[in-house]
Amino acid sequence: MSVGLAHYLTVGAILFALGVFAVMTRRNAVALLMGVELILNAANVNLVAFSRFVENGIDGQVMAAFVIVLAAAEAAVGLAIVLAMFRNFGTVHVDSVQRLKR
Amino acid sequence: MSGDLVFYGFALLTVVSACFVAFSRNVVHAGFSLLFTLFGVAALYAQLGADFLAVAQVIVYIGGILVLVIFAVMMTRIPRGAPRRGLDRMVPAGAFALALFALLYRVITATPWPTAAAAAPEPTTMRLGTALLTDYIFPFEFVSLLLLAAMVGAAILVRERRRSGENGPEAPAADPAGTEEQA
Amino acid sequence: MSENAILLSALSILVLPLLSYAVLFFLGKKLPRRGDWVGVGLLGISWIQALRIFVHFWRVADPGYRLQAGVTWLDLGQFHADAGILVDGMTAVMLVVVTTVSFLVHLYSTGYMHGDRRYERFFAFLGFFTFSMVGIVLSNSLLFLYVFWELVGLSSYLLIGFFFDKPSAAAANKKAFLTNRVGDFGFFMGILILFTHFGTFNYLELFAGMQAHTLTGTLLTLAGVGLFMGCVGKSAQVPLHIWLPDAMEGPTPVSALIHAATMVAAGVYMVARLLPLFDPAALQVVAYVGAITAFLAATIAVVKTDIKKSLAYSTISQLGYMVMAIGVGASAAGMFHLTTHAFFKALLFLGSGSVIHAVHTQEMPLMGGLRHKMPITFWTFLVATLAISGVPLFSGFYSKDAILGGALAHGMAAHDYLPYVLGLLAAGFTAFYMFRMVFLTFTGEPRDPERYAHAHESPANMTIPLVILAVLAFVSAGWKGPADSWFARFVGPYDLPAIAREYAPAAAPTAVAEHAGEESHGMAAAAAHATAEHGEAAHGGEAVAHGEAAGHGGADHEAIHHRAHKLAMVMSILVAGLGILLAWLTYVRKAISSEAVLQRLRGVHEVLQNMYYFDQVYAATVYRFVHWFSRLSGAFDRYVVDGIVNGFGYLTRVASWVSGSLFDRYVVDGLVNGVGAVIQGVGEGARRLQTGRVQTYLVYVSFSILLLVFVFRAL
Repeated sequence: MSVGLAHYLTVGAILFALGVFAVMTRRNAVALLMGVELILNAANVNLVAFSRFVENGIDGQVMAAFVIVLAAAEAAVGLAIVLAMFRNFGTVHVDSVQRLKR
Repeated sequence: MSGDLVFYGFALLTVVSACFVAFSRNVVHAGFSLLFTLFGVAALYAQLGADFLAVAQVIVYIGGILVLVIFAVMMTRIPRGAPRRGLDRMVPAGAFALALFALLYRVITATPWPTAAAAAPEPTTMRLGTALLTDYIFPFEFVSLLLLAAMVGAAILVRERRRSGENGPEAPAADPAGTEEQA
Repeated sequence: MSENAILLSALSILVLPLLSYAVLFFLGKKLPRRGDWVGVGLLGISWIQALRIFVHFWRVADPGYRLQAGVTWLDLGQFHADAGILVDGMTAVMLVVVTTVSFLVHLYSTGYMHGDRRYERFFAFLGFFTFSMVGIVLSNSLLFLYVFWELVGLSSYLLIGFFFDKPSAAAANKKAFLTNRVGDFGFFMGILILFTHFGTFNYLELFAGMQAHTLTGTLLTLAGVGLFMGCVGKSAQVPLHIWLPDAMEGPTPVSALIHAATMVAAGVYMVARLLPLFDPAALQVVAYVGAITAFLAATIAVVKTDIKKSLAYSTISQLGYMVMAIGVGASAAGMFHLTTHAFFKALLFLGSGSVIHAVHTQEMPLMGGLRHKMPITFWTFLVATLAISGVPLFSGFYSKDAILGGALAHGMAAHDYLPYVLGLLAAGFTAFYMFRMVFLTFTGEPRDPERYAHAHESPANMTIPLVILAVLAFVSAGWKGPADSWFARFVGPYDLPAIAREYAPAAAPTAVAEHAGEESHGMAAAAAHATAEHGEAAHGGEAVAHGEAAGHGGADHEAIHHRAHKLAMVMSILVAGLGILLAWLTYVRKAISSEAVLQRLRGVHEVLQNMYYFDQVYAATVYRFVHWFSRLSGAFDRYVVDGIVNGFGYLTRVASWVSGSLFDRYVVDGLVNGVGAVIQGVGEGARRLQTGRVQTYLVYVSFSILLLVFVFRAL
């Protein structure tokens, strides 16, 4: 069958699942943020695919553009936090930062 | 036909790299795998006719965000070595991820998408720009504010407390040339 | 005086001494001079009130005139008891006697008890006693008579044991109280018999009931004897006389007031007051008990060397006279003698107190010749001695003569001369031992020069009462014969038919004879019931009691009495003179040697000295039995009662052990701890959710979303 919307969406779904898995599992804070990027990209793929196949307009791409901007901002702040974390705790191991426990 | 092949090829690249990102024990490997993942996504954009977005992805995401991530990885390396895996979370997380994928797949295949005929690809730059400044003017301005806030926030977060008058060694790298280019 | 005023005066005489007690008992220590002026003052006012009442009754001159007022005290439907007072001629005389002696004793005590550690308490108790005694005099019902009877007993206890650190005093007041209780037991039985039969305690209602002759035979006699038992105890008749000599442990003013003039006279007053309730058989008992007492006590008094003990036995003997008088039908004579006796006996005691105060001993062998050192005491003592010995012109002669005359009349009429003979002999002995006392104490050579040197006359606050009493001892009888004496204005026989008419259920209470325009008003208190009642004038000074001793009646009565009195007077003077002569010969002239008599009659002397062994007999029998019974009861209490109580205690301990150590520790605590453990376990488990790791929370959230999706069938 020829490549259609479903294929792109499937790719997006795979990326999304992998991203979620990475967020839930990774011990390293930076790796965790990488997982977040995966999720965002998956969403973007979906958006663009829908833009192309369903509507044939530009809206999807505009939204994707916005998502990229937001991803950038989020990455910046998130990594700033990770650095601050590294400075205060000496590690980026998320399990060590558990002052909320008990 | 060849278009399909290209698609499958890039899709494969993307997915495999994403797997490395998610599963790799070495963070540096994960970081570089992310590079390939993002590149694959850019290629998919191109194939979907979003030419501007593809380039923007490469420049901003790979050139900006990924570089930032690599910086972070490098700066937060612990000489001792990679910590042990979190096995207690892997099982439920894996189960959930699989369940999630299953769910999504079912949705994808079950829904009758109202597919319109694919038009010939055309350059999207002008269309994007116009849309940004007309229909999406508000989000556009708002996002610039958000970027400002993010910049300031990031700068404050990494500021050294002890030494006065000196900003953090890390300049806010969120300098997406891609978003500043509209004039 | 109006009737209300009389009743109020009477009540004031009752209340003021009580007030004296209250003030002195609670505030005495803080008052200047420790408040003795409070006691003397209040009693003085009471005395004046009594004199006012006396004057009123003197003017009325009607023995049947009486006032009664009362309030409902207890009304329980079936049981009804009133609290009230009865004032008639007898009451008026008694009130004067009691208040006069009490007032003078108060005054005397300011000197005698001076410096005592518990000075104010003494006066307080004197006031309390006076209150109780006046209560007995004024009461109009058996119930309150009994109440005040016991209160008087209590006062006596407190006052005999005033020097309670002396073991002999402590033993004496106990003996007095217990002996009285024995008598009071009989008294109470008598009261109960009467109440059960007549349904009332009120005197006049009882008299009315007696008039109806519904209670007869043995039961009536028993009631009378029961009432008399109270008199036997209180007035120290044989066989319950044993407490009075021991009561001399109390201070001498107490002996004067209580054990000579007033309290012991209460028994006599009671029998005289309740005369209609005694049938001839009971009165026979009364007469014999009185006569025997008079004789026995007189014989003992002869050998006693302690001045107070001798006077105590003299008192017992004189009380026997009074009791005998009532028994033989001369109850007015008995009351008359009570009045005169109160004055001269009080005087004798106070005089002896004055002597004791001077020489610090009570033993007559250690005295002698004191008349030079203590003239006032001597002369007043002599006056009293003359009175008690029955020397003409002195009061005692007239009253004693009235008694002996009545006894002789009774003897002539009933052919029972024993009371008279015993009485006559006792009169002789009385004269003898009283003058013996005077001669040993006041005349001759001082037998202890040391004591004699220190002796001095007593201060004015002690000698003034002596003088006053001496005057009374001289004049109190008047100088007329018993039939015409002033006493006849006050005390006469009860007019039983009139009383019965007033209290009969059918008759309305308005059947009341008027007296010279005075109305009867109620008292200020609620539910008051005041009546003024008058009967016919009395016959002479004799009481014609209901069911009088056989033989008195009609014109014969008059003739017998006249003969008897004439004969008795002659005999009395004879024996009195004989007694005085013997005493003079023995102790002044030393013509008869008392030691020789002692040797010859050593056995008799032994018996007399041991007071006829009454105390020893009682100790061997009654006391031993009571001790044995007490031990038995004590053992019962210890083993049976305590056993049960301790048994319950043991059971309780067992139950509490089971409930505590067993049940509480294992079951209850187990439950509680179990709950705690469960919660802890659950908590421990639940705590594991809180890993503090965001990723874990992410997992939870994701699963929850998935769950929600399926639950709500979003698909």
